[in-house]
Amino acid sequence: MTNAGAFSKVLSRLRVLRKVLVLALIVSSATLVRGNGPQAPAVHAAKDQKSAAANAQKAAPAAAPRHDLSGTWEPANGPSEGIQPDGVKAMPNDGKPEHQLPYTPYGLQTYKSHHALFGPDENLPEFNNDPRDKCEPLGFPRMDFYNLRETQILQNEYKVALLYEYGTAWRVIWTDGRPLPKLVDGGVMIGNEVKEPRYYGYSVGKWVDDTTLVVQTTGMMAEDRVWLDTAGRPISDQVRVEERIHRVDHDHLEWTVTIDDPKMYTKPWIAMNKFPMKLEDPHRDVMEQYCSLSEMENYNKVFASPASAPGGQAPKH
Amino acid sequence: MRSKVMAVFALALGGVTFSVPLLAHHGTAAFENEKKITLKGTVAEWLWSNPHCLLQVDVKGDDGKVVRWVGETQNPVSMTNVGWSKAAIKAGDDVTVVMLPVKNGMPLGRLVSVALPNGKTLISGEGASREERDKLEQEVHQAK
Repeated sequence: MTNAGAFSKVLSRLRVLRKVLVLALIVSSATLVRGNGPQAPAVHAAKDQKSAAANAQKAAPAAAPRHDLSGTWEPANGPSEGIQPDGVKAMPNDGKPEHQLPYTPYGLQTYKSHHALFGPDENLPEFNNDPRDKCEPLGFPRMDFYNLRETQILQNEYKVALLYEYGTAWRVIWTDGRPLPKLVDGGVMIGNEVKEPRYYGYSVGKWVDDTTLVVQTTGMMAEDRVWLDTAGRPISDQVRVEERIHRVDHDHLEWTVTIDDPKMYTKPWIAMNKFPMKLEDPHRDVMEQYCSLSEMENYNKVFASPASAPGGQAPKH
Repeated sequence: MRSKVMAVFALALGGVTFSVPLLAHHGTAAFENEKKITLKGTVAEWLWSNPHCLLQVDVKGDDGKVVRWVGETQNPVSMTNVGWSKAAIKAGDDVTVVMLPVKNGMPLGRLVSVALPNGKTLISGEGASREERDKLEQEVHQAK
């Protein structure tokens, strides 16, 4: 065979190989979109496919996959729905009798030491003492109760990871069968070791049926470090939080959160009740929403402080 | 060119707006919630930042004196959801802004809208009902 003939043969084989690779890429991309995205065709496709996608979206979504929460999720009733400025969604601090929390005396005292910017006891910005405004970590469960926006859920056989948009914060929920750590003086007991309290606590999850993950979290920071919500409700280092994350169908989740904190509340109560989330396009690039101390200081100097003065009123309690 | 300006005060002319506090960062204690003012001026700075974006506009009064007004919006994520961007407003732009002013008389307020030199008007959703804001977000979402 001449050199030219051999070269031609190699070239021909390369062409075949390229076709195979391109085909494989198309098939794998299609599989990815089917696996993680809404049942409608990906919105990422060309614009002329938009109307087809809209029609497909009207069709009922497929059933939820088994033991799988992965995807990018957003509040189903609009992006503002998860901000919760008046406090937790199911029990906003709006002064209504049915939304009064079952405070212990210490819980009420702690609430009164928090000077929130919202609710019936709202304060002017200069009197506010929300740790959020010093760019402190929000901690858990406040991550679920403030700016709950686009949330990415990734999982493998050992853990489920929640990537929140606000604060670029994440939590790991262990699903490998380990027990929930026990609360002890100074933190939690893991094995024979006492481990420190954390802003986001220690979480374990268990599938109670094919589509519902129940997550228990404990071992959070004490009440001088974190608030429960933006209305200034408290939690303590004794809190235990239960989340039920139920994938209703392929495209929808419901998220329920129960607070059990005997130091602050006389009984457990539901803070978020079947909060609906919907699945987003898997190609969605989630924005940053961060707290920057230098930007916060500039905002206070240019706007919040002059907006509060003169004649600002002292906290009501 | 610096716009020749008058500050048009449309105090409470639009009647009562059922304004819902949509803010993530602060309450409404410092603000007028039913009184809107309209101002024409030149953008000194458009700051795309957290916890709120800030638009500084130089407004010349009848006496020739220039007053720098500062209007705040929501954070960049929320503003993106209603169609605003860092690149949409530039220093030197002649604009007409509508604001809900603070109660203490300082030249500060929450931005309701900004009419740009290119003829477009950006709407923030402040001073609007929850339904109106939802509609705005849906329109922006669908236009993408």
